[in-house]
Amino acid sequence: MTVGIASYGSYVPYRRLKRAAIGQVLGIPAGKGERAVASFDEDSVSMAVEAARDALRGLDARAVPPAAPARDVRTLLFATTTPPYAEKLNAALVGAAARLPLEIRAADLTGSPRVGLTALLQAADAARANGGSALVAIADCRVAAPEGKAEQAGGDAGVAFVVGEDPIAEIVGSASVTREFLDIWRAPGERFAHAWEERFALTQAYGPLLGAAVKRVLEQAQCAPSNLAKVILDAPNPRAADELARGAKLAPEQLADPLALTVGQTGAAHAPLVLASVLAAAKPGDLILVASAGDGADALLLKVTPRAARYTQPRSVGRLIESKGDVAYGRYLKWREILPTEPPRRPDPDRPAAPPMLRSETWKFGFVGTQCTACGTPQLPPQRICITCGQRDRMEPYPFADRPAKVATFTLDRLAYSLNPPTVNVVVDFAGGGRFLGEMTDCEPDKVQIGDEVEMTFRRMHSAGGVHNYFWKCRPRR
Amino acid sequence: MASNGIRDRVAIVGMGCTPFGEHWDKGPDDLLIDAAYQAYESAGVAPNDVDAYWLGTMGQLSGLTLSVPLKIDYKPVTHVENFCATGSEALRQACYAVASGAYDLAMAIGVEKLKDSGYSGLVVSSPANDGTLGNMSAPASFSLLAPAYFKKYGLDPAKGKEVLARIAWKNHRNGAKNPRAQFRKEVTMEAILNSPKVADPLGVMDCSGVADGSAAAIVCRAEDAPKYTPHPIFIKALSFVAGPGEGPLAQDYDFTTFREVVASAKDAYAQAGVTDPRTEISMAEVHDCFTPTELVLCEDLGFSPRGAAWRDVMNGFFDLDGGLPVNPDGGLKSFGHPIGASGLRMMYEMWLQLRGEAGPRQIENPTLGLTHNLGGAPGRCVSFVSIVGR
Repeated sequence: MTVGIASYGSYVPYRRLKRAAIGQVLGIPAGKGERAVASFDEDSVSMAVEAARDALRGLDARAVPPAAPARDVRTLLFATTTPPYAEKLNAALVGAAARLPLEIRAADLTGSPRVGLTALLQAADAARANGGSALVAIADCRVAAPEGKAEQAGGDAGVAFVVGEDPIAEIVGSASVTREFLDIWRAPGERFAHAWEERFALTQAYGPLLGAAVKRVLEQAQCAPSNLAKVILDAPNPRAADELARGAKLAPEQLADPLALTVGQTGAAHAPLVLASVLAAAKPGDLILVASAGDGADALLLKVTPRAARYTQPRSVGRLIESKGDVAYGRYLKWREILPTEPPRRPDPDRPAAPPMLRSETWKFGFVGTQCTACGTPQLPPQRICITCGQRDRMEPYPFADRPAKVATFTLDRLAYSLNPPTVNVVVDFAGGGRFLGEMTDCEPDKVQIGDEVEMTFRRMHSAGGVHNYFWKCRPRR
Repeated sequence: MASNGIRDRVAIVGMGCTPFGEHWDKGPDDLLIDAAYQAYESAGVAPNDVDAYWLGTMGQLSGLTLSVPLKIDYKPVTHVENFCATGSEALRQACYAVASGAYDLAMAIGVEKLKDSGYSGLVVSSPANDGTLGNMSAPASFSLLAPAYFKKYGLDPAKGKEVLARIAWKNHRNGAKNPRAQFRKEVTMEAILNSPKVADPLGVMDCSGVADGSAAAIVCRAEDAPKYTPHPIFIKALSFVAGPGEGPLAQDYDFTTFREVVASAKDAYAQAGVTDPRTEISMAEVHDCFTPTELVLCEDLGFSPRGAAWRDVMNGFFDLDGGLPVNPDGGLKSFGHPIGASGLRMMYEMWLQLRGEAGPRQIENPTLGLTHNLGGAPGRCVSFVSIVGR
C-alpha cells in the first residue's frame, strides 16, 4: 500500500521578535533577521491545532466531491518538546479542537527536537497498519534563557500532516538511528535547557548520525544525492547540517531555505515545517529528502506524486511568514513569564471546572454552535431555545470555527487581567448568521475598526491551578 | 394577562441615605444601621413598627445580613439580588408586599461595601463554569455602545467623545451641589476628555466610581401615608424586565439601545399613564454607570428621539436647568455605585425633589420623577423603571 502525505498544514504565529531588539536590550551581539514568537495566548497545543485544522482543510479541498471529505482519521500524534501538560494527553486537546472523532488512537511524542519527523514516520506506519489516515500535528514553543544563543536562534511554529493513501508526496524510504549521548537536556520543571560544549556533539554525534541516516535512506532507494530536488537537513547545531550538505556535494539550489532569518529554529516542528514550505513549490516527480537529528536521527525520502499538481495549500508557509507584527523584547519576556511583572489589582482568573467543560466539549474545544431547524438561525454558544423563533429543542450542531466574520463593535479593555493588555473585545457577526462576543488577538489594538474581517483561532485563554483554559478568539484574516 | 401596576396605591413615607464614598471607618453593618435609622426617623416610626424587610445586596446569602445588625425582632427579611438594579428590586418587592395587604409597613434597604475588596473596580465571582465566559470588565462591556452609536449616527470619534464627556461634566456639576455625593467637585471638560483610558474610547472619567453606601425607604398603602408624613410620594409605576440576552447572540441587535430598557419604560409609562415622557417627566435619575449608557438610555426612555440624544446632551436639555434634568443628584458618576444601594439612592433624590428638599439642586415644581436602574451589559441585562409623583 502506498502511503504518504495526503495533505499538510502549517502555522507560523503572527508575532516576530527582531534579533537586533534582543541585542539592544541585553547589550549583546545580535544575529540577523527575526524569530517567530508564539503570542501570550499560544502554546504548542494551540499552534498544533492551527496547523491540524489547516491540514484537514487541505484534505477536504482534495475530496471529490467536496461534500464528502475523506476525513477517515484513525490515529492522532502530537509531537513537541514543550507539551503544556506533563501528565494529561495533549493530543486529546488537539483532537477535540480539530473535531476528530472519538474512535481514534492518540499519543503525545516528546523528548527530542527530532520527534517531529519521528512522528511523521510513526504516522505512516500507523496508516499502513490500521488503514484510514493518521494526523500528525507538530508544534514547539522554544523558550530559552536570555542572552543564550538558543533564545535568538529559536522560533515557534506548528505544522501538521495527514498521512494516508493517495498521497501528494509518497514515502519512498526512511531510516532511523538512535544513540545515547549528552548534548541538550532539560529536567521536568526546568524552564531552560542545558547544553554541552558544541564541538563534542557536532563531531561525535549530530554529524555522524545524520550522515548515517541519510546514507541509509538513499542507499535503500538507490538514489544519488544529485537526483534530489530538495534537501532538508536539520540538527540542533546547524553546522552539522551544513557540513553534511558540503560533504554530499549538494548544489545550493537543492538546499531548502531553513527559515533561519524569518522563523527561527522551531525545535520539533522545524524539519517538518521546512518540508511543508518545500512541498508548496514541489512538482510531480520531485524527490525530497528530509532528515532531522537529536539523540540519533531520522531520515525520510519523499517522491512528489501527480496529485500534487492539483493540490492547493490553503495557507502556505510563505504567506504566514509575510503576515506578521513585531513584539517588543520586554513584552516577549513578560509573555513567557521570564520577566515577573506587577500583578493587576484584580482577582486571579478561576480554573475552569471539569464537568462543565465535558458538557460543552464540542462548543469549548470545537467551537460548534447550533442552528435552529425551525427557522434556520445559527447561534452560539449552543442554545436549546431559539433566540429568533423561540422553538425548543429544534437545534442541530453548527460549526463556526471555519466561518469568516466581521466586527460589529469593539472595545479595548485595559482593566481586565491579561498578559498582553489591552484586551481587544469584539462583537463579531458570522457570514451566514451567528454572533460571538469575545476577544480579538494578533491585532494592533489602535487599528481595529467596525467591519474588519476576522477568522477564528484556538487559544490558551489563561492558566489557573495548573489547568490551561483553552477557547477560541478571533483574529484579523491572515 | 397584563402588567397592571399599582399606580397610586403605595406611598413612600420615609427615606434614608448615607453619604456615598470611601467609608474606611464603617462596615456594611454600620451603613445599614445608619440608613435604616434615618428612614425610621424620617417616617416617624420605631424599628418595631416595620412589619417586613427587603434587603438588596450583592453576594450575600440571607436576610441575616440585615436582621442581625438591626436586631430585628423575628420578622421577615428577604434578601434580593438583581445585578446593579438590586436596590430597585428590593423597593419593588416591598411595595408589592404592602399593596397586597400582607403587611402594613415595609422597608426596602440596600447596601454595598465595595472599598474593602482590595481590587480596582467591581469584582463579581462566577459559579463553576467551562471557561468560555470571557473576562470582560464592566467598562469594556458598556463601551461597546460607543463606537456602534457613533457610527450609526455619523459622529466622528472626537465628536462622540465630546458628547460622552459632556454627560460626565453635567453629572459632576450636579454632584458638586450634593452633600451626599462621593465626588463634590465640578470637573472640566478637558480633564474628562484627557483622563486615562480604561476601555477605549472610555477614560476613567467616563466611569462611575467605586463607593460604599446604603439607602432605605419605608412604604405603606397610600391611604395610610398621612399617618406618617404630610408629604408622602406615591408610586405611579414599577417595571422590571429581564431580557433573553439577544445582544451577544443575535445579529439584529446593534449596540445602540437596551431593549430591556425600552420594554420596561413602555410598561412603566402604561402603568403611570404617561404618553409623552419628554414633556411629562419632570426629572429622571438614570443608570449612568458609564457615559455611553446615559446617552443611549435617554433615547430608550423616550426623552429624545432615536439618534438625537447626543444633541440634547450638547444643548443642555438634560442639565439641572434644562427641559428634563437627568441625574440631578449627580448620578452614579458623582455617587459611585454601591450595587445594592444605588436604586434606592436614586429614589432618595426623587423623595427630596418632590418634597422640595433638594436645596441648591431643587427643580422647580416637579410633578413626576423617573428612576431607571440597569444591571448586566448591553444586550444582556435587567432593567428597572419607576415613576413616582406627589
